Amino acid sequence: MSQPNRLKTGGRVDRSRQLTFTFNGQRYQGHPGDTLASALLANGVDIVNRSFKYSRPRGIVAAGAEEPNGIVQLGSTEAGQVPNVRATQQALYQDLSARSTNGWPNVQRDLMGLVGKLGGQFMPPGFYYKTFMAPASMWLTYEKYIRKAAGLGRSPTENDPDIYDHRHQHCDVLVVGAGPAGLSAALAAGRAGARVILVDEQEEMGGSLLSSRESIDDAPATTWVEKVLKELSELEHVTLMPRTTANGYHDHNFVTLHERCTEHLADLAPRAGGRRQVRSRMHRVRAGQVVLASGAHERPLVYAGNDVPGNMLAGAVSTYIRRYGVAPGNRLVLSTSNDDGYRSALDWAEAGREVVAIADARQNPDGELVEQARAKGIQIIAGSAVIEARGDKRVAAAKVAKIDIEGFKVTGPVEELACDTIASSGGFSPVVHLASHTGSRPTWNEELLGFMPSPVKGMTPTGGAHGVYALGQVIADGFKAGSAAGEACGFERQDASLPKVDERREGAAVALYQVPHQKATLRGPKQFVDMQNDVTAAAIELATREGFESIEHVKRYTAMGFGTDQGKLGNINGMAIAARCLGRTIPEVGTTVFRPNYTPVSFGAIVGRHCGELFDPERYTAMHQWHVENGAEFEDVGQWKRPWYFPRTVNGKTETMHEAVARECSAVREKVGILDASTLGKIDIQGPDAREFLGRVYTNKWAKLAPGRVRYGLMCKDDGMVFDDGTTSCLAENHFLMTTSTGGAATVLEWLEIWHQTEWPELDVYFNSVTDHWATMTVTGPEARKLMAELTDIDLDKDSFKFMDWREGKVAGVPARVFRISFTGELAYEINVQANYAMHVWKKLFAHGDKYGLTPYGTETMHVLRAEKGFIIAGQDTDGSVTPEDLGMHWAIGYDKPNSWIGKRALTRPDTKRTDRKQMVGLKPKDPSVVLEEGAQIVFDPNHAIPMPMKGHVTSSYYSPTLQSGFALAVVMGGHQKMGETVYLPMVDGQVHEAEIVSPIFLDPKGERQNV
Amino acid sequence: MFYIFCPYCGEHREEEEFHPKGQAHISRPEDPEATSDEEWGDYLFFRDNPRGVHHELWVHAVGCRKFFNITRHTVSYEILEVYKMGEQPSITAENYAAQQGAASADKERNASQAKHQEGVRA
Amino acid sequence: MSNAQQFDTRLVGEHAGEIAVESPLAYSMHRSGAPKAKADTTVTLRERAFLGHLTLRGGAIVLDEALRDVLGMSLPGEPLGLVQDEAGERSIQWMSPDEWLLIVPGGEEFDVERRLREALGDAHFAISNVSGGQTLLELEGEAAREVLMKSVAYDVHPRHFPVGKGVTTVFAKASVILRRPSEERWELVVRRSFADYTYRWLLDAGEEFGVGVER
Ligand SMILES: [Zn+2]
Repeated sequence: MSQPNRLKTGGRVDRSRQLTFTFNGQRYQGHPGDTLASALLANGVDIVNRSFKYSRPRGIVAAGAEEPNGIVQLGSTEAGQVPNVRATQQALYQDLSARSTNGWPNVQRDLMGLVGKLGGQFMPPGFYYKTFMAPASMWLTYEKYIRKAAGLGRSPTENDPDIYDHRHQHCDVLVVGAGPAGLSAALAAGRAGARVILVDEQEEMGGSLLSSRESIDDAPATTWVEKVLKELSELEHVTLMPRTTANGYHDHNFVTLHERCTEHLADLAPRAGGRRQVRSRMHRVRAGQVVLASGAHERPLVYAGNDVPGNMLAGAVSTYIRRYGVAPGNRLVLSTSNDDGYRSALDWAEAGREVVAIADARQNPDGELVEQARAKGIQIIAGSAVIEARGDKRVAAAKVAKIDIEGFKVTGPVEELACDTIASSGGFSPVVHLASHTGSRPTWNEELLGFMPSPVKGMTPTGGAHGVYALGQVIADGFKAGSAAGEACGFERQDASLPKVDERREGAAVALYQVPHQKATLRGPKQFVDMQNDVTAAAIELATREGFESIEHVKRYTAMGFGTDQGKLGNINGMAIAARCLGRTIPEVGTTVFRPNYTPVSFGAIVGRHCGELFDPERYTAMHQWHVENGAEFEDVGQWKRPWYFPRTVNGKTETMHEAVARECSAVREKVGILDASTLGKIDIQGPDAREFLGRVYTNKWAKLAPGRVRYGLMCKDDGMVFDDGTTSCLAENHFLMTTSTGGAATVLEWLEIWHQTEWPELDVYFNSVTDHWATMTVTGPEARKLMAELTDIDLDKDSFKFMDWREGKVAGVPARVFRISFTGELAYEINVQANYAMHVWKKLFAHGDKYGLTPYGTETMHVLRAEKGFIIAGQDTDGSVTPEDLGMHWAIGYDKPNSWIGKRALTRPDTKRTDRKQMVGLKPKDPSVVLEEGAQIVFDPNHAIPMPMKGHVTSSYYSPTLQSGFALAVVMGGHQKMGETVYLPMVDGQVHEAEIVSPIFLDPKGERQNV
Repeated sequence: MFYIFCPYCGEHREEEEFHPKGQAHISRPEDPEATSDEEWGDYLFFRDNPRGVHHELWVHAVGCRKFFNITRHTVSYEILEVYKMGEQPSITAENYAAQQGAASADKERNASQAKHQEGVRA
Repeated sequence: MSNAQQFDTRLVGEHAGEIAVESPLAYSMHRSGAPKAKADTTVTLRERAFLGHLTLRGGAIVLDEALRDVLGMSLPGEPLGLVQDEAGERSIQWMSPDEWLLIVPGGEEFDVERRLREALGDAHFAISNVSGGQTLLELEGEAAREVLMKSVAYDVHPRHFPVGKGVTTVFAKASVILRRPSEERWELVVRRSFADYTYRWLLDAGEEFGVGVER
C-alpha cells in the first residue's frame, strides 16, 4: 500500500506530483514538500536506524535539527555519499537514495542488537574509556572496529565532483531564524533601511507558523508568512536565505552560515545553463547586530522504553500532521507537563485518528487547549504520566500511572493503554546554542524552566530563544528586537503595527524531566536521555555515584550531547537527572555549553574553492615559463615555486636528482651556471637616516659603505639570535637596496617597520618592498665574465668592477644593476632587471652561453655550492638559538659600533658567553660515500649507555661532486675548540656513522675563486 | 575572528589583515649596555598574561602597515579601545574594574559557582 | 636633494623594439587561456599591463604640493581615498598615512619621478618604482561584485565601498589593492608573483557568471 499514513488532505506537500525514493534499498513514494522523514513516516517506516551502543531499533522522534535517530547516509553514487544527514532536514527529491547509518546486516534484523541486549548490561557508562583506553596505544586499533560497529556514517572513497564556495557577507542586522519572531524582526530592521540578512535552516521560511493552529489577522498563520515574505523580498537591502543554517557564532558578531544550494534537487549539483553550479556555500557574515530568533526545542519526557519507534515529540506529531499531511500512527497517548503538548492530541483527533488518553502530570490542568481537548471528549488523566512504553519494534502500549514529581515515585496503580504512538512534551528549551558558541554561558530561568542566553555584545535574543512563547508576544518581541537592532546600527526606530493574534489562556506548566518508574532507575528498564549517543538516565545516575559532580564531567563520562547531536534534546533532561541524584538544583549542577557547528557542515563547504590548484597561492618568478618548458623539477620555498634541479634526458633516460645536481655543480665550478634568484626579498630603503638604521638592525658596520659597494649583513633579534641575513647595496648616500632570504622577505620588512614605528620614529627613513619589481639572475662560474662581456656595456675589468661592487649598465639591451656578490664561492654576477624584461635577458644569456657551457641550476645545487663554502641559510643552519659567535662569524660583528645595535646586549649574557654552546662546524664523514642525515644527532661517546648525551646535530648535508665526498654543516657543543676530533652519529637502523669535525669552509678558504 | 578598528585607516577590518605583536608598551631600555642581566632578561622574556584588560601591539599588516595598540579583554575578547603609537590607553585594568563596580560584585558572588562549572570543553 | 638614486629602466636604442616585454600575466594567459565573453557573460576581466606604478612616501603636505606642481593633481583628502585625473589615466591612492600609490601611463613614471624629486628637494620622502612588480586588473559587469564577495572579506557593498575608495586587503589567500574608480568598474592591483594565482582564482570564481577575458 502506498503511503498508508498520508492524510487525504492538509499539509503543504504537493499531492499532484509523486517522487520516488529509496531507503535501505526499498522503493517508496513521497511528494514535493516532504522531508525524507515525513515521507518515511507517510510510508509507515518505523525503524530508521539502530542505536549507537545498544543497537536498539529507533524511529523518527522530531521534525527538525534536533532529530537524534533519523540520521542517514545519503547518495546513490560513491562520489555523492554524504554521511550524517538528518532525515528531518533533507528535502525529498526524485531518486533520492538513503541508508541507515547503523545496523548490520540491516536495521530490521540487526546482529549487533544481540550484543546490545546481552552486552548492554556489561556496557556501563565510561565503558569505552575504561575498556579501550588501556593501553592507550591500542586505542587507534580499537577505534576502527568500534566505529565500524557503531557507525557514524562514512566518507566517500571517490573524489567529490561538485564545486563549493565561500562568500563574505556584511550586514547591519543578521536575523537567525524565520519563524514569527525572526520574520517580524527582519521586517522592523528592513523597513528602517538596514542591510538585513534573514536565514532559516528549513526549505520554507515560517518556522512554527507552518504548522500552527493559530490565526493571525483572522487568517491562517501561513497567510501572514506569505505577506511578510513578499514585503521583505521587495526591500532592496534585505537578503532572504532559506536552506541556510547559522552554524557558528564567533567573536565580534562573526557568524558562519551553511547554505545548501542544490541539495534539495539531487545527489550531485545539476548543471545550470551548461555550467557547474555550487552545491553548497559557506557564508562568512560580519554583522552589526545579530537577532537570535532560533526558537525553542521541545523537551521529551524521559520514561522507560521512550526510544521504541512510535515515541515522538508532541510538537513533531503536530508538524507531521499539519505541515506534511502525515499522521504517524493510529492510536495516540500523550504524556505532557504543559498546555502546549495538547496541540498534538487536538491535531491527531482532527486528522480522524484516535486519541486514547492524555496523561497530564499536573493535578488540575485548566488551560484553553485543555478545555478544547475535554470538549472533544478526550480522556485526560491528571497527575499522571506515561511511565513506560511497551513494544519492541513499534510502540504497542503505554503504561500510565499517577506520579509524585517531588517525591520521584509512582503513587497509583499502573494502567496499560493499547496504542501505537506516544507523544511527550516536557516543555521548551530556548535554542541557546549559537549564543553559547561565543563563550557566554546560558543562565537558568526557574520561571521558564529553561536556560536563557546570557548577554552577548551586539546580540538580541527574541521569541522562543528569548523564552517568549505566546504567538502575539513573539511577534511583538521580534519586532522590538529588529527595530532595536536597526537603531543600534544608526537607523530609525520603527513603530510596530502588529497583527492581531488572539490571546490564549495558558495553564502553568510543571517541571518534569525524568518520569519515575516503579523500579529504581538503575534496575528498571532503560530510560533514554540522549538517543544519538545511547545515554540513559541510569548512566547519569551511575556517573554521579562514581563521583562525577560537574555536568561537564558527567557529559564526558557518559558521552551525553557529544558529536553531531550537541545536546539538542537531551542535555537539560540529563542535567535535571544529575541534579536529582546529587540533591542539587539544575543551575547548581552547571550550565550547558554548546560548540560549533550547530548541525554538521560538509567539508566541501568548509574548503570552498581553496582546493586543488587553488589550495594555496603559487608564486612564480618572471622566468617561470622557461623553467617549466626546460623540464625543471620544482621545490616549494614558502609559496614560491623555485626550480629544484633541471634533469636532462639523454637517449630516453632522465637523470636522477643526484646525477643532475652533480652535473650542475660541476658546471658552476668549472664553467658557468645560472640561477633564478628572483625570490630573494628586496627592500628599497631611502632617507637621510637609512645608514644609521642599517647600523642598528645589522650586527656589522655600515657607516662607511660607499655608493657602488655591497656588504653582507647578519640580523639578530634582541636576544642575540640570528634570524636573517643578506646583502645590502649602497645605491646613493641616502639610498640602499637590502636583500633578505626568500622566506624572510615579509618578516624582515615588518621587522624594520616595527623598530622604526615603535622605537625609532625619529629616524628619517622609508622602507618599500621591491621584491617583485626586480627579477634576479645569478651568472656564476669561471666563465661568467666572458659570457657577461658579450652582453653588457659595463666595464667588467676585475680592478674597476671588484668583488662586492655593483654597477649600472645594460645587459642584453636592458637597463640593469649588476652585483658582484657570490653565494657559490665562484666569480658571480647577480643581474637585476625590471621583471617585465627578465625573460628577454634570460633567453639572451642562453643564446650566448652555450659555447661556455651555461647550465641552469636549481636550489639543490645552490645548497651544495653554498654549503661547500660554509655559507649559512638562516632558518636551516640557524633555528633561533644560534648567535653570530656560534656561527664563527665574529668578522660580521661590530663590537665597537657606537650604538647598541639589536642583539648586541644579549651577546654578553652569561648564557650566550658559554663556551659549550652549540657552535657551527663542518663534518667530514670518515666514509666519503656517506651523506649524513640532516637533523641527525651527534654524540661524543658511542659506547655510552642509552640515553646518550646529545652534543649537537647536522643542519645541512650533501654529497659534493667537487670534494668527491659527503660533507655536512653541523652545530656541536664547544665545536670551535674541537677541530679534528671525531664525533659519532647513531642512526635509527643501528648504524653509527663517524665524522671528523672540520672547518665549515670546505673549499677555497681564502675566497680566491670569487675574487678573480 | 576579531573585527578590529584600524586607527589609521579609520574603519573596522577583518582580523586576517592584522598580525598580533605581543604586549604593548614594552620599550627597549634607553641604554641596553647599562642594564643588568636581570633587567635585560625581563625586557626580553617576561610578559603579562592577565585575565581581563590587556594592552596589545598589533600591525595592520595587509593594509596600511602601521602599528597601533589595542586594549582587549582576554575573557570576553571585547576590544575596549584602539590607540595609535605613542598614545596612552584610557582604559586600564584598574579603572576598568572601578567602572564595572556593581556588575563585578555580582560576578564575585557567582565566582564559586563559575569555578564549579568550568570543566574541560570537548 | 634627497640623495637617492633614480634608475631609468626605459628601453632605448636601436634594438629596443626587439626586446620582448612580458606582463605578469603572460604565463597565465599562455597556460590557463583567456575565455571569451559569451552572450550571458555578466563579468569581464581585463589586464592593463605595463602602467607606471610609483610608491610615494612622505608627508602629505609636501607631497601634495609637489604633485600639484608636477601633475596638477592633489592627494586624496581622506584615508582610503582614490583620485583620478579627468582622463582617468592617472590616479593617486591613499595607502597609509605616509604612503600613496601613483599610477600613470606606462613610461611616464620616470619623468614624473624625476620631476617629483626635483620638486621635493630636501624634504624627507621616498619614491620607489614598482612598475615591474605589479599589474592592474579590471573587473566589470553586474556580477563583478559577487565575484569579489567570493574573494575578499572586505565589504564591497556600495554603501560601504563607494566610487573613489581603495583599500589593501586579503584576496583569497593572497592580497590585493582593491579600488573602485567608477560605478561599474573595479580595479585590482596585484603583485607580479601572485598574479597567476589571482587570475586562476578569478576564472574559477567567475565560472558561474561566464567570466570573459578581454585581451
Ligand atoms: Zn590600517
